[in-house]
Amino acid sequence: MTEAPLSRAEPPPASTIGAFGWLHRNLFSSPFNIALTLLASYLLYLTIPPLLHWALLDATWNGDSREACQANGGACWVFIRVNFEQFMYGFYPEAQRWRVNTALLLLILGAAPLFVRAMPNKLKVRWGLGLLLIYPLVAFMLFKGGLFGLRIVDTSRWGGLLLTLIIAGVGMTAALPLGVLLALGRRSQMPAIQALCTIFIELWRGVPLITVLFMSSVMLPLFLPAGVNFDKLLRALIGVTLFQSAYMAEVVRGGLQAIPKGQFEAAAALGLGYWKTMALIVLPQALKLVIPGIVNTFIALFKDTSLVLIIGLFDLMNIVHNATTNPAWLGFSTEGYAFAAAVYWLFCFSMSRYSQNLEKRLYTGHKR
Amino acid sequence: MNEPSSAPLSEQEMIRMEKVHKWYGTFHVLKDINLTVRKGERIVVCGPSGSGKSTAIRCINRLEEFQRGRIVVDGQELSSDVKQVEQIRREVGMVFQHFNLFPHLTVLENCTLAPTWVRKLPRRQAEDIAMRYLERVKIPEQAGKYPGQLSGGQQQRVAIARSLCMNPKIMLFDEPTSALDPEMIKEVLETMVTLAEDGMTMICVTHEMGFAKTVAHRVIFMDGGEIIEENEPEEFFTHPQSDRTKLFLSQILHN
Repeated sequence: MTEAPLSRAEPPPASTIGAFGWLHRNLFSSPFNIALTLLASYLLYLTIPPLLHWALLDATWNGDSREACQANGGACWVFIRVNFEQFMYGFYPEAQRWRVNTALLLLILGAAPLFVRAMPNKLKVRWGLGLLLIYPLVAFMLFKGGLFGLRIVDTSRWGGLLLTLIIAGVGMTAALPLGVLLALGRRSQMPAIQALCTIFIELWRGVPLITVLFMSSVMLPLFLPAGVNFDKLLRALIGVTLFQSAYMAEVVRGGLQAIPKGQFEAAAALGLGYWKTMALIVLPQALKLVIPGIVNTFIALFKDTSLVLIIGLFDLMNIVHNATTNPAWLGFSTEGYAFAAAVYWLFCFSMSRYSQNLEKRLYTGHKR
Repeated sequence: MNEPSSAPLSEQEMIRMEKVHKWYGTFHVLKDINLTVRKGERIVVCGPSGSGKSTAIRCINRLEEFQRGRIVVDGQELSSDVKQVEQIRREVGMVFQHFNLFPHLTVLENCTLAPTWVRKLPRRQAEDIAMRYLERVKIPEQAGKYPGQLSGGQQQRVAIARSLCMNPKIMLFDEPTSALDPEMIKEVLETMVTLAEDGMTMICVTHEMGFAKTVAHRVIFMDGGEIIEENEPEEFFTHPQSDRTKLFLSQILHN
């Protein structure tokens, strides 16, 4: 850095601004830094070109059988193309897949107003709550059928990305409110409620999700009277929801603890009761604080849905795995798993970006 | 500051504290507090820090529990019944040292929240009332801002307006100017003086002795959890009775 007299504003030295300045500061600022930059460049040189060759340059995109891939050394994306429909819908009957598409379209149309910036927040909340109540019923009716002359499609045939989204969607929308209630319960003044919530949270947090799913599918039927049989998907949904609500509760509790005592006192002094204080004053602030934690839990939940393969549900992961064991397509598991990973990544990254955007928009500049 | 009217007080009792005792664990914070406040009366409570003055007024709207004695507010005796406590809190406004505005709501929303959700007023009416009180505390132009965008003095004036929107019969002030810079203390005190001129029943914990002299009907001095002395401001400042009061006054007036 050069020391210029402060009497007159001068342009900064060329080496500190622009692309050159950036390079200088971030990549070549010290001998150690230069060494690291060179090492990293070498590693990139070793890995990126082969990857590009495999995934793009030498890959096969067209064709409808494995023979099409013999000529090239790269990835065989034909495998994904041929199985794409199955990856999306699982074993949902082909003639009925329009029902899934309709449900998706309804979701997009229904959720679109929530992303309109001009819409007032209050209206958005009401619209969102309405959507949350009505949409699951509509979607379930479309998926399952049995009404309005729709053929019944058993839940065991639901699969692929559809099933992953159902489990994740139900898990998220149910685990958040349940987690909020558990968090409030754990901070309750009433000893019985506090104890119950604490025990619930610690119990569910203390076991792996695989155990929960396994128990729900293998052990639960043993305890139920003969003839009573819960739907396998329903059991998985309940298991995932209760499991994640315990995590959610602890995330929300962290937010509740960050709210200063003065907020509770000010609300009390105005004559607001417990529920109004929580709903209008405390939770809006607490939830805003823990958006990163909530989204973190959502992302974990989304990826954990892949564990339902343990109880024989064909979610995206399991259906891809299933396709790789098809004798006609043996040897293409790398492509399959790369595809599945890309889909999971796309959804998780979108959630992450959306949460950052949400945080920015909800910021009201409160410094304390 | 203008001299608030000194019309004769009505005989109606607004607050009566009888033999109130409070303990934090084994620590005896309030010892036998007896206090009667009549309608329209303005009381200033002072005393060294830790003397229990804040705790005492926080008992009146039951932000603090007490273990012995009784408190009657506007004819209703405080009990542990939640509904009844909420009922009393609607009639008792409180202003805090650290303002405690709701940072996620705009100034206007801060003021309309309780009237709409507790008093069940229609939104338009609550907003009209809020704007009226924001004008009275001289910041109607800030209605759309968030508390974090205001200065400390402005925030405290919003907090006063927020309390007034509930149309309370009594206002409690818990060191309302202690967290403010000197130039902002004046604007808050002026707001409180206009309130006094309108005949509001007020109890104010403060070290602003100028405010006590011009506004209070009575000054109460607390130390060690007890009421040591109470008197009219004139007498209190010119002829303090106890040694502890004299010591306190000499310390606070020489600063």
